[in-house]
Amino acid sequence: MSQSHSLNNQTPLEYSTEDGRLKIFGFWVFLGAEIILFSCLFASYMVYLHRTAGGPTPDDLFNVKEFMTETFLLLTSSFTCGLATHELRRHNKTGVIIWFIITLILGLGFVGMEAHEFVDYVGEGAKMSTSAFLTGFFTLVGTHGCHVSLGILWIIGILIQTARTGINPVTARKLFIVGLYWHFLDVVWVFIFTVVYLTGMVL
Amino acid sequence: MQSDHTTTAHSHEGFPWKHVIGFILSLILTVAALYVVVSLSLSTTATITIILVLAIFQVLVQLLFFMHITEHEGAYQLIAIIFGIFLAAVFVAGSIWIILYGTY
Repeated sequence: MSQSHSLNNQTPLEYSTEDGRLKIFGFWVFLGAEIILFSCLFASYMVYLHRTAGGPTPDDLFNVKEFMTETFLLLTSSFTCGLATHELRRHNKTGVIIWFIITLILGLGFVGMEAHEFVDYVGEGAKMSTSAFLTGFFTLVGTHGCHVSLGILWIIGILIQTARTGINPVTARKLFIVGLYWHFLDVVWVFIFTVVYLTGMVL
Repeated sequence: MQSDHTTTAHSHEGFPWKHVIGFILSLILTVAALYVVVSLSLSTTATITIILVLAIFQVLVQLLFFMHITEHEGAYQLIAIIFGIFLAAVFVAGSIWIILYGTY
């Protein structure tokens, strides 16, 4: 960790315009609102956790191997997305695109596994309408899954724009913001992993 | 909004150590949480407390190592996020308290 710090005092491109600075700050405010959205879903999930109405309990449904794989896929995608931002700061367009494509593949793997998990549950008779617990579960985890799916489409759109116009203040700001969004989805997943899956195995 | 252009540009040169360290920490925290649940047979309260603490560290890793929350307009961003966390805590703790432990 001791390479010469060739200090580059240039402002990163995404912060180089007033427009970029304000939009990044605005996105942080949006993430604050997202925290509140998910906290409400978590609150309702926890309140209804034991209202299984004779249907399956968390312990019956959750499969350690499956949710650990999902967790590692999303954690790794958050890391590769961070590397994309790192390459963005070095103005390396190819690096940004390659790391974001790896992020996309990991994200698609995550969404695919989650869809498969949901289909399995419904096949076992654990539908959204089966019990209050399952309503809370599908709403919370499904909302997160929708966010990830939207993130995938969003990244694809910005990658097309970046491939066409290169790295400039506009695409740099968009790439940085979509990176923040992706990391945030991992933050939410950390709590789903802890509060839904791990706690489901304990209680 | 002030716009002093202080950045952490040095961390964006060369090898992305910050990200690699953050990734290793997040993997360790994830495996540790699973280990506590699967292999240690602690009481339910102790287990849940430990995994929640691990989750909070995990979030700090994401915010500090990956999301650069302290960078640039750090103070403003932090206020937005801390306010969100405050409301989240009120909703979650308040709901559980009222619905599960409330006497009415």
